[in-house]
Order: sequence, then C-alpha cells, then structure tokens
Amino acid sequence: MLRVEDLHVTRGRTKVLDGIDLTVETGEIATLIGANGAGKTTMLMALSGLLPVASGRLELNTPDGPLDIARTGPVDLVRAGIVHCPEGRQIFGRLTIEENLQLGAYLSDDRAGVARAVSGIYDRFPILGERRAMKAGNLSGGEQMMLAIGRALVAEPKLLLLDEPSLGLAPQITEEIFGFLEELNREQEVTMLIVEQNAMLALELADRAFVLETGRVVLNGTGKELLDDPAVYEAYLGVG
Amino acid sequence: MSDYLIQQIVNGLSLGSLYALVAIGFSLIYGVIRLVNFAHGDLLMIGAFMTFGLVASDLVPWAAIPLLVLAGGFLAGGLIERVAFRSISGAPMITGFIVTLSASVAIQNLALIFLGSQPRNFNFPEVFRMRLPIGGADVALIDLVIPAVTLLCALALTTFIRKTRAGIAIRAVAENPFAAQLMGISIGRLVFLVFAVGGALAALAGLFWSGKYGQINPLMGFLPGLKAFVATIIGGVGSLPGAIVGGYILGFSEIAFVGFLPPEYSGYRDAFVFGLLILILLVRPQGLFGEAEQERA
Amino acid sequence: MKIPALSPLQAFFLLVAVMAGLVLAVTASGNGYFQTFAALTLINVMLAVSLTMTNGFTGMFSLGHPAFMTLGAYVTILFTYPVGRKGFAMPALPEIIAQIHLPLPVAALVGGLFAALTGWLIGRLVVHLQTHYLAVATLGLIIVVQTFALNLDGLTRGGRGITGVPREATLSLIGVCTVLVIVLCWRIKHASLGRAMLAVRENEMAARCFGIEAFRVKLLAFILGAGIAGFCGALLPHVVSVMSPKSFGLILAFNLIAIIVVGGQGSIMGAILAAVFISVGSESLRRVEESTGVYGVTQVIVAVALISFLLVRPKGLFGLKEPFIRTS
Repeated sequence: MLRVEDLHVTRGRTKVLDGIDLTVETGEIATLIGANGAGKTTMLMALSGLLPVASGRLELNTPDGPLDIARTGPVDLVRAGIVHCPEGRQIFGRLTIEENLQLGAYLSDDRAGVARAVSGIYDRFPILGERRAMKAGNLSGGEQMMLAIGRALVAEPKLLLLDEPSLGLAPQITEEIFGFLEELNREQEVTMLIVEQNAMLALELADRAFVLETGRVVLNGTGKELLDDPAVYEAYLGVG
Repeated sequence: MSDYLIQQIVNGLSLGSLYALVAIGFSLIYGVIRLVNFAHGDLLMIGAFMTFGLVASDLVPWAAIPLLVLAGGFLAGGLIERVAFRSISGAPMITGFIVTLSASVAIQNLALIFLGSQPRNFNFPEVFRMRLPIGGADVALIDLVIPAVTLLCALALTTFIRKTRAGIAIRAVAENPFAAQLMGISIGRLVFLVFAVGGALAALAGLFWSGKYGQINPLMGFLPGLKAFVATIIGGVGSLPGAIVGGYILGFSEIAFVGFLPPEYSGYRDAFVFGLLILILLVRPQGLFGEAEQERA
Repeated sequence: MKIPALSPLQAFFLLVAVMAGLVLAVTASGNGYFQTFAALTLINVMLAVSLTMTNGFTGMFSLGHPAFMTLGAYVTILFTYPVGRKGFAMPALPEIIAQIHLPLPVAALVGGLFAALTGWLIGRLVVHLQTHYLAVATLGLIIVVQTFALNLDGLTRGGRGITGVPREATLSLIGVCTVLVIVLCWRIKHASLGRAMLAVRENEMAARCFGIEAFRVKLLAFILGAGIAGFCGALLPHVVSVMSPKSFGLILAFNLIAIIVVGGQGSIMGAILAAVFISVGSESLRRVEESTGVYGVTQVIVAVALISFLLVRPKGLFGLKEPFIRTS
C-alpha cells in the first residue's frame, strides 16, 4: 500500500531523513522504532503532507492508481485515506467528545454515515459514549488516547499513522490500547504504521518492523525477527 | 425611572452594540491566528462610506443596503487577509503587528486620497430618525434598531460557531492548528472566512454609526477600532461571548462616564476608556471569559 | 575594495566633524527652508535612535513616543514662552511659573524629565505586558495625552494650539544634542545594560535564569526612551513656532516604526541612515502632495514600502550590526 524510496526530508537546515526505504503492505501493521531524534515523527509528518519532501519517492496505492504523496496537500491526503494520529494525542480539550469525533470526519459530506461511524466508536468505547457532551480536556490519558484513535477511525482511514501511542500512558492502559489496535487490524483490516519508543510492545504487535537511526533505516524484518535479534535487544529492548 | 436614565440606558445599548459588532471580529481573528488586526477598525469606515455611496446614488432600495454593506464588508475583510496577512503567516508577532498597522495606515490614506478629508454629512431615511416615547423619554428609533439587529447577529453567529461544521472547525483551529490540519481542515480557508465574517460585522457597525451620528470621514475608524479592541480585552480575547459582553460593558461605562459626571469632564471620555484598559490589564488581563495566557519565554 | 572599519573613537570624531560641517554649511546658507528641514531631520534621528534603544534592544513594541513628546513640549513651553504674554495665553498657569523664564536647553531638560517621570509611572504598569497589549496600551497613551492636552486648555490653549513659541532651537543646539543622544545610546548598547536588553529581547526566560531582571531592564529602557522623546518633543515646537495637541500622533509613531524597521531593529547606524533617508523621502513626497493637492500619498507609499521591506528583509538593512565600525 505504501512505498517509500530514498526519501530525503530537511527541517530548516538539518537533514532529518537521509534516504529512507520502506514499504507497508495492505492490511499489515508496520512499526518504526528508534531513539529520540532519529526522525520518526518527521517521517509521519512527511506522509501526512505537513512537511515538504526534498527528494525521493513517496507513493500510496489507491484503487484509483498510485498517489504521489509528495505532490499532494494535507487536505487531499486525508481525503485519500491517510490519517495521522499525532504524538501526545492532541485532542481538542475545549471541544466536547462528540465534537472531537465529528471533526475526524470533517471532510465527509455524508453526515448520516458520519453519525453511524460516531456511534460505532461509542459502541467500542462505551466510556466515550457516556461522556459524549463533556469537554474532552477532562478525560484521562488513556481515555484521550481512545478518543484520538476514535477520531482517526471516523475518517475511515486506508492507512492509519500513529505517533507514539504509548506516550505518557500507564503500562496497563498501553496494553489495552495495543490490544485494541491488534483487534482493529485483525477484524477490520486497517493498515497501520506505528511509530514507537516502546520497542518491545511495538515489535510484539507488528508484522513488519523498521529501525530508524539518524535518518536511515538500519534494520528491517518481521516483528518477531527483530525481537529475537541481539543487536536490537541491546540497543532498544534493554531499557524496554 | 427618570427619562434621563432611560435615555442613558438606550445610549449605552446603542453604543455598546457598535463596539460589540467590531469586537467580535477582533476576537475571532485573534482566536484563530493570535494576531491583533489593527486594520479592523477601518472596516467600520469602509462600511460607513459604502452606506453613504449607496444612499447617495439612489440606485438600490433601502432594504437592500444593509445586505450589500454586509457583503461588501465580507469581501473587504477577506481582501485584507489575502493581501496583508497571507504573506506574513508564520512570521514573528512583531512583524504581524507592523504589517497590520501599515495596512491600517494605507487604508486610511487611500481613503483620504480618493474620498477627500472633508467629513460628509448624510441622513438615513426619515423613518429612522423618528422618535418614540418610552417611559417618558424620547428615544430615536435607530437607537432601538441597532441593539436589536446586533443581538440577532450575535445569536446567528453563536449558533454558527456552536453547531455548524465550519464553526467547530474554527474552534478547533483556535485551540490547536496543527491537529486541526490533520483532520483535513484547510487553515488558509478558515482564516479567510474569519476575516471576512469579522469584516462584514464591522461594516455593518459602520452603517449603524453613520446612521446614528450622521457624519463620516476617512479617519473615523481608528478610534472606535481601538476602543472596540479594549472591549475585546475586557471580555477576554478570543472569546465570542466575551467580545459581545465586553462591547456592552464598554458602551455602558462610557455613557455612564459622560452622562453622570459634570459636563466639564465629558471631554475626557477617551482618556477614561484607556484608563479602563490599563486597569483591566493590571487586574485581570485575560478579561472576563478568556483563559489566563501562559507567560511568554 | 576593502571597506575600512573605523574604531568607535574614530567614528565619533567623524560624526562630530560631519555634524559640525553640516550645521555650519546650512546655517551659513541662510536658507530658512533648509535650516528648518535639517533641524527636523536631526530631531527625527534622535527619536529614531532612542526608539531603537527602547524597542529595538529590548524587543518591546511601544508606540508611545509621540505621547512623551507632547508632554515634553507643553511642559517646556510653559517655561520658554515670553513672560509678558504667558498670563494671557495660559490663564490657568500658577503665578510662580508664569514669572519664570528658562532658556531652551534648561527648559527642555525639565520637559524631558517630566516625560521620563511619566514614563516611570506608566512604564511600571505596562512594560511587563505582552506585545499586542503593550502596543494598544501605548497607542491609548497617545490618545490619553492628546485628550488631556485638549481639555486642560487653561494651560495648553486646547485645540487652538499655541503660536508664537520662541524659535530658540538653533541648528547648532540641535546638532550638539543629536551627537549627545547618539553617543549615549551607543554607550548603553555596548555596556552591560545594553547586553542585558538584548538578552531580554532574544529570550526573556533564559535571561532571567542568568539573573537579569527583565522587568527592570525594560522599565529602564522605557524611561530613557520617554525622556529622550520628551526632550525631542520639547525642541520641535521651538523650530516651527507652533504646538497643538494633535502635533504628535499616530502618523509620527508609524513613521518612527518604519524607520526602525528599515534601519534594522537594533542598529544605531541603521537608525540614523534610515531616519535621514525617510525624512528626505517624505519631505520630497510631501512637496509633490502639496503641488498636486493629493494628500495621503506619502503615507500609503511608506506603508506599502514597509510591508514589502518586511517580506524581503525582515531584519532591516543592518539588523543588530553597526556597519563600518569595529566593535570588539
């Protein structure tokens, strides 16, 4: 579904991504792990159109043919089904839960369809349904994560980008969230690219994994392979 | 109630409405791009001159004029955004200020060049200058029409912000533009919309101002614009209800100052307004409904 | 061609020489128009340099200079106006002051001090404010001062204005003052106070971590700026012989901002050059306006030029640098 070839992205004067190659197949969960500053968030921002691409190929396979992500603006990328759930969740605290979810489907003109999608989220996360008229800023960290994912799902994404879903969450909540992501992928075949610092959880969940170090992919393989790899263990799993 | 008091209350409502209409624009714009649009007050002047032009030309029936003025203000506001603000998005705040101040100076002086510096007098149709007896006082009809229309606009706008998709999007951008973009919201289009809506309301205020005071000149927007910004601060910058409430608070305060102090003090009304500003900034800078802003680094 | 870099002392002597030459030449020419124009330009230079210190060094956005100028002007005139006519022109003036006459340099210092005092009173309340609030508060100050000047007509003659102000501001006096102001601001910039100001501008929170009291630094800059503005405001009416409440308003504030932006928000040399350039430019355009009867063109051109400048070269011509002068 997603093909990235020799991607170079600069921010200001720094070259953050220095020739990235990766692919994500339809229906799979891919993960990008690496230390802080390796360029993981930059990768996702390039994919959602918020950062310009210096050079390289960035292509999404859609039913209508390949889409050149580098030449498409952020609004059209959302329309094409690339939905980015940002680092720190960034839900709109001053808006209600219901309004947050509705915003997820901002571009859709099928309001009846949107209403159905929203109630689907309430079915899956009853606590959101109970509090739907409440301001989202009052939710706990884990509940905000559910809201953020729900907001992304309402947009019916073809490719869901998640930036550090475990950030700031208690281990138990994180396990719950990751369990949900796994279920989502299994039951509804949502393709995902997850950027994570918590390498262990990410590798356990992912079908395919890439290790990013100072702007390059230095290692790739299936989640299982990297879990067993001693180099990865030392660098990223020791501190878990 | 004494008829003097009734007269003052009506004056306060009327002036307060004018400030509220302009303040709404300031608040909306600030809420979305965190910048004070110094040129906003001049939209009041544009609205007033448009009214003058339409009335004098006698081409359109009176009922159509307010709608045309709203449309004109909408376009003028949007034009200012395109020309002055679009090019500096992302620049530091001081640049934004200087640009909007320059835009204001440019607009005022262009008006001076093309419209001349002589104030023009004109009058609304007879019917608006009709006076109605209310509880013993003699009240001008226009001073009742102004608050009525303003409250209608306020209601319409509040519904728009609360219930429509675009309104929710505006609130989202005001809170977190980055996340809003991830929803597919086009920030550029939204900023344009906010400028245009603010412009329409300010132009309407200009129409009312010309009807109420009967005299217009190219520099007329500067002081009311500044005072409307004071009203915005009183209510809390970025808050729509705040702008409306702030407008009325300022209007009533100003009228009270002039109406209830001996006449030798009435010349100080403008000093009073800005003294009020300093007081608010010292005591409660976030205004009534605003949120306490973080300290700047 | 290698451009020579002067040491500050050499630059100082050059400045004095150029100023003396200019003053002598213009005075000797006997041309009243040039004399007035040169005087006004030099006052603009002083204002620009002081605003560079207040706004440029600390990063504040104060539009208040015209207000302090008005204050300085009226207070000074109270002491320089011919004693014989003072009682008649300004009936509310207390007898003691009505009898005193001070020569311009002394009276202007009084005016400047009064403005500085007001700067202290107001500055304490506003310098901590964020950019947009400070801008509006200082704009409001212009209006407040104008309002008081209009209403206290027993002292100021209100809207009628004061005519017949003695033309005691000779070009040599103004020339000397200009040199003094430039030297003062230069010394401040290159002393620890100046460095503290620049630190506050770059990153206020970080500056505080280094023990710099941002509030005091900004307040000091504000007061100094107010004092110099008051002093300049005191000199001006003694060139053109009239003063009215609306003499110093938004247009002046705007033009000063334009000068600072063009010159570079922290460069003294930049401010001087920009002040001269814009003064000459505005005056030429103004004469065109008068001959064609189309008023307002100058300001539109300044406004558009300013916006364009900000887009192309936001740091102004020189930013923080002082060209041609070696600063160690």
